[in-house]
Amino acid sequence: MPKRTDIQTIMVIGAGPIVIGQAAEFDYSGTQAVKVLKAEGYRVVLVNSNPATIMTDPELADATYIEPITPDVLELIIAQEHPDALLPTVGGQTGLNAAVMLAESGILEKYGVELIGANLRAMQLAEDRQLFQETMIQAGLEVPRGGMAHSLEEAHRIADEIGSYPLLIRPSFTLGGSGGGIAYQPDDFNDKVAFGLRESPVGSVLIEESVLGWKEFELEVMRDRADNFIVICSIENIDPMGVHTGDSITVAPAMTLTDREYQRLRDMAHVVVHAIGIETGGSNVQFAVNPRDGRVLIIEMNPRVSRSSALASKATGFPIAKLAAQLAVGYTLDELHNDITRTTVAAFEPSIDYVVTKLPRWAFEKFPGVDPSLGPQMKSVGEAMAMGRTFKEALLKGLASLELARPPYPTPEYAVWDGTLSSLAHPRAERIWALWEALRAGHTPAEVVQASQIDLWFVTQLAEIVKLEQAIIREAEQVSPDLLCLAKQAGFTDGHIAWLLRSASQTAIEAEVRAQRLALNIAPTYHVVDTCAAEFQSYTPYLYSSYASESEAPPTGREKVIILGGGPNRIGQGIEFDYCCVHAAWAVQKAGYEAIMVNCNPETVSTDYDISDRLYFEPLTLEHVLNIAAREKPLKGVIVQFGGQTPLNLTAKLAQYGIPILGTSPDAIAIAEDRGRFAALLAELEIPSPAYGMANSIEEARQVAAQVEYPVVVRPSYVLGGRAMAIVYDEQALDQYTRTALNVVPGQSILIDHYLEDAYEVDVDAVADGERVVIGGVMQHIEEAGVHSGDSACVIPPYKISAYHLAHIHEYTERMGLALGVKGLMNVQYAIKDDIVYVLEVNPRASRTVPYVSKATGVPLARMATLVITGQTLADLGLFEEPRVDGFFVKEAVLPFKKFLGVDTVLGPEMRSTGEVMGHAAHFGHAFAKAQLAAGDRLPLEGTVFLSVNDYDKSAALKLARDLQRLGFRLVATRGTAEFFIHAGLDVQPINKVSEGSPHVVDLIREGGIDLIINTPLGPRAHDDGMLIRTTAIRYNVPLLTTLSAAQAAVNGIRALRVKDLRVRSLQAHYRQQHETI
Amino acid sequence: MDKTARLALADGSVWRGTAFGTGSAQVGEVVFNTSLTGYQEILTDPSYAGQLVVMTAPQIGNTGINDEDDEARQIFLSGLIVRELSPVVSNWRATRSLSDWLEAQGVIGISGIDTRALTRRLRDGGSLKGVLSTENGLSDDDLVAQARGWNGLDGIDMVRAVSCKSPYHWNNPTNSDWEFRQWAKLEVPAGRLHVVAYDFGIKHNILRRFAAYGCHVTVVPATTSAEDVLALRPDGVFLSNGPGDPSALPYTVQTTRDLLGRVPIFGICLGHQILGQAFGGKTYRLKFGHHGGNQPVKYLPTGRVEISAHNHNYAVDPATLPPEVEVTHINLNDGCCEGMRHVSLPALSIQYHPEAAPGPHDCDPLFAEFMKMMAVAYA
Repeated sequence: MPKRTDIQTIMVIGAGPIVIGQAAEFDYSGTQAVKVLKAEGYRVVLVNSNPATIMTDPELADATYIEPITPDVLELIIAQEHPDALLPTVGGQTGLNAAVMLAESGILEKYGVELIGANLRAMQLAEDRQLFQETMIQAGLEVPRGGMAHSLEEAHRIADEIGSYPLLIRPSFTLGGSGGGIAYQPDDFNDKVAFGLRESPVGSVLIEESVLGWKEFELEVMRDRADNFIVICSIENIDPMGVHTGDSITVAPAMTLTDREYQRLRDMAHVVVHAIGIETGGSNVQFAVNPRDGRVLIIEMNPRVSRSSALASKATGFPIAKLAAQLAVGYTLDELHNDITRTTVAAFEPSIDYVVTKLPRWAFEKFPGVDPSLGPQMKSVGEAMAMGRTFKEALLKGLASLELARPPYPTPEYAVWDGTLSSLAHPRAERIWALWEALRAGHTPAEVVQASQIDLWFVTQLAEIVKLEQAIIREAEQVSPDLLCLAKQAGFTDGHIAWLLRSASQTAIEAEVRAQRLALNIAPTYHVVDTCAAEFQSYTPYLYSSYASESEAPPTGREKVIILGGGPNRIGQGIEFDYCCVHAAWAVQKAGYEAIMVNCNPETVSTDYDISDRLYFEPLTLEHVLNIAAREKPLKGVIVQFGGQTPLNLTAKLAQYGIPILGTSPDAIAIAEDRGRFAALLAELEIPSPAYGMANSIEEARQVAAQVEYPVVVRPSYVLGGRAMAIVYDEQALDQYTRTALNVVPGQSILIDHYLEDAYEVDVDAVADGERVVIGGVMQHIEEAGVHSGDSACVIPPYKISAYHLAHIHEYTERMGLALGVKGLMNVQYAIKDDIVYVLEVNPRASRTVPYVSKATGVPLARMATLVITGQTLADLGLFEEPRVDGFFVKEAVLPFKKFLGVDTVLGPEMRSTGEVMGHAAHFGHAFAKAQLAAGDRLPLEGTVFLSVNDYDKSAALKLARDLQRLGFRLVATRGTAEFFIHAGLDVQPINKVSEGSPHVVDLIREGGIDLIINTPLGPRAHDDGMLIRTTAIRYNVPLLTTLSAAQAAVNGIRALRVKDLRVRSLQAHYRQQHETI
Repeated sequence: MDKTARLALADGSVWRGTAFGTGSAQVGEVVFNTSLTGYQEILTDPSYAGQLVVMTAPQIGNTGINDEDDEARQIFLSGLIVRELSPVVSNWRATRSLSDWLEAQGVIGISGIDTRALTRRLRDGGSLKGVLSTENGLSDDDLVAQARGWNGLDGIDMVRAVSCKSPYHWNNPTNSDWEFRQWAKLEVPAGRLHVVAYDFGIKHNILRRFAAYGCHVTVVPATTSAEDVLALRPDGVFLSNGPGDPSALPYTVQTTRDLLGRVPIFGICLGHQILGQAFGGKTYRLKFGHHGGNQPVKYLPTGRVEISAHNHNYAVDPATLPPEVEVTHINLNDGCCEGMRHVSLPALSIQYHPEAAPGPHDCDPLFAEFMKMMAVAYA
């Protein structure tokens, strides 16, 4: 059946900001869908609030709306664009939920928009747990026993019916299992049910028999409208049931099923897809299998492209999202080609002759106090994928890909196991090393299996690794070539081997192991991900390394540029850098070179095989990058400035090995990172910066702090996202944070500088070619300096900065760019206080804000920078001055506090946001309101505002309170604040603090009596109700503002919304108009 | 201690690995199988007689061997070639390890082979003769010479050795724990149909599937005459899969001709090739064959695609078929004929495996199709 010609315009909804459970994989799927629908000749209207995505690049869709994904806004867009169809299955849970709301509310019908890819009934059946379970039972499949509760009473009744603990609690319609939990006894049952009920947008939770310890499998399947059904990939979770699949180490293909057992899952998946009524597209079905008797339960299904589909696509080379979009417009699988082989059809099931592992990466260190144990709610912020010819190789490569502060293998310094087998039962981020340590300590695989319930096969593989380690230690004096080769085949890194050799020689280092094995001709081979286990020739150079007998896909004779990606997503380094890497690949191609991408993050667009000329799915370690650089000749060089801190940290070592670094020199990068050299440079350039000093010990820190004067900012060097950064006001706090900071990057000194209180902060992204520096955008932070730039809202153009200060900013940026010899991108952070513009930091690399700036201005900075890096000048590119910006573009950070309840939400110098959204409008207020809405906070237009501000803020808060009262809001405040306002003539109702007894402020929030909360904390160690108020606000979804500047911006937003309704405009229309007015 | 083994190929290459199972020398045709699961079924599929099978899936032996999944009374293939053999068995049904079982069956295996490189070689150069040996006394050249000196499978009757020696009845359906027919909701003729199945190397799952559909099966040796078969008063005759070259089996072609038009016939795999020859068509050798569980086959009358289990080195050349035979199934990868049907006589066949084992169950409904054909003929 050919594609449909009765539809012309298709609307695609993206997944919005990156949050835990919904990350860059939906940029990958959405980008694939948009690209292919356009290639098929459809007009594509895209909506996504996330500016950091490739899919929202104006060249991709025909009309790109970076607007909040809410039903009212989507209706405005539909009314404006008249799409014929809506594809709801490539935008994650957000896209699907939005489509369900549009369909249920009748908006789609009103405008004659047809759902393609999934119908409403199917989406409802799959998403509503009770309907899903009923459907499964009707279809003859088994599900865990349990039932749906809409109240605590109902929950108790179901618990009694099941009759035993533990019980699983899962709220309906939430992301990444948000709000889910396991109750081990009646005590925690009540709390967890109550929370789940509140979390669920439809107020229902599923109470289920626990299948803790069962084996967990997933099948990624596709179906077309002719009922052709294929399984793309089977995935086995190493962590048994009980741990969210996003938090599990997973393996593809399944390792511990016989054919009979696997085919049963395949048959069941087909039945599930039929029963739910998925007519076309990709789905994911999750199974629990009892390891004792093989009993199979259906756990859930996603009627859409999911995180696992992205993984399955990368693991097999089969582009699920692209195919899903094509199937949605009417094609059948047999009509579509397998891109990888080019000669065979898409109607087949990939066979792979390697093993794939996926390992999650967490960020618990950013959220002290959060329970780091793993359960049904996903907590990881990113993941790495690795491929090897064996499971051992894939696992060890995967651990190396995670790029953690600790080594990828256990060491005494980073011991995580307490020596008891019982602790292995507890799922947590470090469990893999705990198992490993237990095996090293001499426990048998059987004992470890007994304790952890992890399958014997996986534990045995780990034990095999331990055996190899022991063999290397035995031969440490002189390791035989055979053993070295075996270790490399098993995925041991040179660093790991060197560490083992240190048992004999304290001085063994990675570089020697490398040299030794190269001398023995033990070098990696490269293999093609070909979807077919080598049955057919493949033409797509999508590669992974192993240590086998021959290499495939020999390098071409073209001159090459290697782009190093960002690795697993983490807080501070995520999709924004992938956006830059993708642009870099495109620009490298445009410049006439072969673009080679290296990355290990399966969620990304950059690891799509059709983005670069050649893709190496490899860990971003020195070893793996050197191996690729050694192979890919002639090599023009490596681009390190787009992948965030990951490639930057490799720069100096790559340069030592003689690998040409393109763009800004490694030395300039080092100057910017080395505070001493940087300060000297600033002094020379006569650019002010806050007083600072370096410290290597607590004593030194105290001296420096005294010199530069409190408050001070403590920060380690070479870290990401303000890791372990803190603002401290006294010596006691200084000691504490200095200790932490010294531990984060051992051996590095820490920086202590004077903290400019109440300063405005400004971020600048610029591109330079060594002779000219052009500013790409100037962003003013809404929150004051001291809040990490990644967590602060900001606006382009700066709306409260004087021309005088802007002139300084321009001048300083140019001076530094030229002095450092920047070639490519640079980012500068400024603070303005008392009429002085201070430089806080310079990063000669792409920043998180590059995609946002590029979208606000229409000038693709990453592309420009790449063209400069590969040899052109800014003059060649016609880029002479800062682009003009019409209207306002507000970026807002999205924080994961909902996932980490109990963590204080006050913003500080350590970045904690996972994603961002953008709102744009002609007026600042509207743009800010849109950004809030997109971030999930709908600013109230009326109602009650609770104010609680610290003494410093009281006089400034007066204006705010007055504005709110004029807008008709009722004001409520704790006694201190209330008295101050009443004294100033405002009508404020006092309310009890929690300590003053009920009814108090937290009661009022719980009752829904507050529509907006403005709470500025009392300094770093607040001991008032603040934290309780803030965490309650998060729980009950009440908009919360913790800085006065943000509150003032919100008032502007509310005022704007009351004067005029929101309007929407596509980027393309915006640029067109901007162009016309010039 | 690990025993080394060598795989020498007729192209002169020699591959070193570790022996498992019973070490001795075996010649055979080296073929690769891309199934991700199902090594036990592959090992016991008599169609592999005379072949050294390379598993492209790298981790083999993980689930051990169980008592349910054998496809024949013994292993007939010549040897197993794997990348990595599991040191441990993890599955609730397993009763022993793969290497113990190979040992007990007297079959040789080799692990530690770069199976991808080997597969690429077979793909590019076609199936190769090889020898798998643990004998240290022979030089690499000796082994290569052995491989080259072997006659190969073309023109050799491999069926007689694997076929049963005397007829037997089969009434055991697929175990109810594993039955999947209920999902398909097929209409199946009522009544107990009697199928006489020629054993050219028949897989047990074919018999289980017939029984699951309510048929009573009599399995007969490959050399059974048409008259003897008809004397059993079958509702239909089934031509099974089996090893080797169909052109070496003129007696089976003749019997099939004798039966054609007198009783409904259903052939699969080798049975399909025999039926093709009985129709007057010719068979030819494929470069490296189809061996795996992911082959897309299109059923031309409906356009539906089945993901199917294949194991064949030969195929029927559709150009040589008479006009009264229509091609019903084609392989979407290489266009190869995968199924045919006589337009007037009750005879149909497919080149692949409706019984799967290992492989997806997409073409299981073909058993029901044959039952309908038998029911019509009966009426």
